[in-house]
Amino acid sequence: MEGREDRKQAGMKSRRDFLRTWPAAGLALLVGLKFKAVELWAAAEAAYNPREHRYGMGIDVAKCIGCGRCVEACKNENDVPREPFYFRTWVERYFINGSGETTVDSPNGGIEGFPPTTQEKGILRTFFVPKLCNHCDDPPCVQVCPVGATFSTEDGVILVDKDYCVGCRYCVQACPYGARFVDPRTKTAEKCTFCYHRITKGMQPACVEVCPTGARVFGDLKQRSSPLARFQRFRKLHTLKPHLNTKPKVFYADLDEEVR
Amino acid sequence: MEPLAEILKQVSGYIYPNEVELHWSILIVLYPYLTGLVAGAFILASLVRVFNVKELQPTYRLSLLAALAFLIVAPLPLLAHLGHPERAFEMFLTPNVHSAMAMFGFVYAWYLTVVLLLEIWFDYRKDMILWSEQETGLRRWIHRILTLGVFDLTEKALRFDRNAGRIITIVGIPSAFLLHGYVGFIFGSVKANPWWSSVLMPIVFLFSAIVSGIALMLLLYMFTTLIRSKQIDMICLDKLASFLFYALIVDFSLEMLDFIHRLYEAEESIRILGQLVASRLFISLVIVQALMGTIIPLILLALVSPALHPRRPLLKLPDELRRMLYLGAATLIQIGIFSTRWNVVIGGQLFSKSLRGLTVYKMQLLGGEGLFVAGLLLMLPFVILFVLIKLLPPWLDAEAHVPAEEIEPEGVLQPEEAAVIATEA
Amino acid sequence: MPKQLSRLIIVFAVLAGGMLFARHRLLPKTFGERGHYRAAAVTTIQNLPVKYAGREVCAGCHAEIAAMHSENRHQSVSCEVCHGPAAAHTESPTEVQLPKPNKRAGCPLCHRYDPSRPTGFPQIDPQTHNPMKPCITCHNPHRPETPHVPGECGACHGEIARTKAVSRHAGLDCNQCHNAPVKHKITPREVRPEKPRTRAFCAKCHGSDANSPKEIPRINLETHGGRYLCWQCHYPHMPEGV
Repeated sequence: MEGREDRKQAGMKSRRDFLRTWPAAGLALLVGLKFKAVELWAAAEAAYNPREHRYGMGIDVAKCIGCGRCVEACKNENDVPREPFYFRTWVERYFINGSGETTVDSPNGGIEGFPPTTQEKGILRTFFVPKLCNHCDDPPCVQVCPVGATFSTEDGVILVDKDYCVGCRYCVQACPYGARFVDPRTKTAEKCTFCYHRITKGMQPACVEVCPTGARVFGDLKQRSSPLARFQRFRKLHTLKPHLNTKPKVFYADLDEEVR
Repeated sequence: MEPLAEILKQVSGYIYPNEVELHWSILIVLYPYLTGLVAGAFILASLVRVFNVKELQPTYRLSLLAALAFLIVAPLPLLAHLGHPERAFEMFLTPNVHSAMAMFGFVYAWYLTVVLLLEIWFDYRKDMILWSEQETGLRRWIHRILTLGVFDLTEKALRFDRNAGRIITIVGIPSAFLLHGYVGFIFGSVKANPWWSSVLMPIVFLFSAIVSGIALMLLLYMFTTLIRSKQIDMICLDKLASFLFYALIVDFSLEMLDFIHRLYEAEESIRILGQLVASRLFISLVIVQALMGTIIPLILLALVSPALHPRRPLLKLPDELRRMLYLGAATLIQIGIFSTRWNVVIGGQLFSKSLRGLTVYKMQLLGGEGLFVAGLLLMLPFVILFVLIKLLPPWLDAEAHVPAEEIEPEGVLQPEEAAVIATEA
Repeated sequence: MPKQLSRLIIVFAVLAGGMLFARHRLLPKTFGERGHYRAAAVTTIQNLPVKYAGREVCAGCHAEIAAMHSENRHQSVSCEVCHGPAAAHTESPTEVQLPKPNKRAGCPLCHRYDPSRPTGFPQIDPQTHNPMKPCITCHNPHRPETPHVPGECGACHGEIARTKAVSRHAGLDCNQCHNAPVKHKITPREVRPEKPRTRAFCAKCHGSDANSPKEIPRINLETHGGRYLCWQCHYPHMPEGV
């Protein structure tokens, strides 16, 4: 009851309250009273210089609750095909039992959450692990692209030029993390962009924006004080498949050795 | 989406969600198979030209034409497989020098124009001039155009042709190695995939290419001789069978080395690869590739061909029976090598890079990447070869001769050339 | 130079010239400006539409909810987690309305019991926890306070509760070993419950001279375990020999 009332009241008073209380009001007045996020973003984007940034992400495995909201948000934000074979990010669930056997599942990438487990007995440890493109500093996918259709930007993000990709799928084969797929509509390679269209406007990637527990920490590795900097300072970090020397920029804290 | 949903049901263990779709289909199996035949056929031709194996003379020109026919078709499965074939030219436009695949265009162009076309041109130049003098109509014009308007038949010009041809063949041998070793490198350099990632991959590819090329020429030689109702030259056939045996021994040893090495090192991937071989690849790898495609032909050739005992084979059989057994061995080898390509290309995609599960490959029947298209692409080289043979008859008895006093003895090596060959070999 | 060679050179030169000319004509304009790629592609990607507006933008209009929201345990939960992408709504607030997930489906995505979830995360079993009732009848998602402080630890420590329930310690109450201050139920991370700090604690039941039912396994603390506390080896929520 209380909740419904809140919403009703908030709806009525919102404009007034906003002008009275919110510090951004001044800026909103500048852009013409009507609050338009797009204009704010445009201003941030105009001032954007890629050479001043280098992006990375931290993942706190111990905080992930496997709700799959990141997967949902990613598909919405980036127009990823809804079929269960195409993911820019997905969540895995690990079960390690007493005899050291490990089972992993990720039904539909975890987008609808996870079904109740049938094997609760004998669990030694169990946890969720979000996965995405690692935006490697030495990306094997970029190395093998025959035409320069996938590349590392000046701010360290790996992107695909879908108007130039020939669709040879060599990059999909070369990625050790299964982070790439071929969009059945464009027949070109697709992958996580760290929501490049958002981060260059000063926003957070969609998956980070919606992560309810803060298991994903996005930031600029060149910035000395940021949530990501703190994450790097205080946590013991690990990357995926370090023996392949791809130098990922997605850092996991509390990562289990069974995660590949 | 239906086929992918179907595959999802047959996945065992865990695979990354993006791995349900298998990315390189049967068309990509064809590509190394076809380039292997090219490289093998060319190496066989160079045995005649550079290493002076006189017995194989009847297959020399046929090998060159076969290499050309298969080389023309080799990039087609790649092109058909691209998501955007209309953008393929970008590989020449903005080649990424770090990409093994980008180099394909250049290796291919080099091999096609600088090696094969030039060698064939120099080899046939004299014949084309002489043929065109006696022909009428379209053939005459085609031959005249192909001479590029040079009708010089002087002894000096002919000697230049021969020398140029020999030099090109010498350049051609490393080029053929490059062409197919490079195809092996495309797979061998993918560090993300433990089934592919191996330094031995280019070498294994190369020797299996030589095996498949010699087997192909053995089959083609028998078939064309039969069609022309000529007598098969048994000395030539025995020699082909012997070389086939030697190449197969090397190929088999290398594959076993690779196998034992993996087993002995037993890296983190060994468990899933063991499952892969024992389940998904059991028939195509253990039965077809190893048993039918390698061990049985090896035994057959060891017993029947003069490979081990040049003067007296282990089993002295009448010509007719020996021919049949050669035919059988070569056919088995072709199937085996195709299987080898299958096991590399498809096998390497049947396990998850999480090393926790196996998926399946559902081959389409029709459709752009189906069995039907693959079959067509496999037939195409034979059609092209038929046209080439009509245009440039490769038979010894079709060769045109300049009046006798102009011919120099062939096949005599100059000392410098012999030295070059020795280092190349 | 032999005639055939010079003729060949001409043919090759024409071919090479043609290729170079074609390359000159076809090369994309911005290729190579910043690296081996089309710089224009970066702009194309930068200009893709934004669909999740971000909580700061929501707060611009819904300040009261935002203020309430920022002070409680859902403060890290962005508005768009439950209400979906909101950029279109910020553009035309009246035409585009966002869904209010006031059915029972949304909340269990995070709060359905799953042993893989970190311990301490509030979880319920949707089948036994007031079935059929929408969650918002009792809980305000913008100010999620449980109607009464959880009486049972299992609300947040479901995995432990379930494990213990089938173990030989099933009959023991959590309080018997853990002294949980009341404040732990309000600020769980700041105020933590205690664990037994002596070997004597377990010895009250398991010591060789303990005054407890006979069927309880006994151990001589003099000779067993040495420097370790009992729970440093044994997992008390699931002791050996289930």
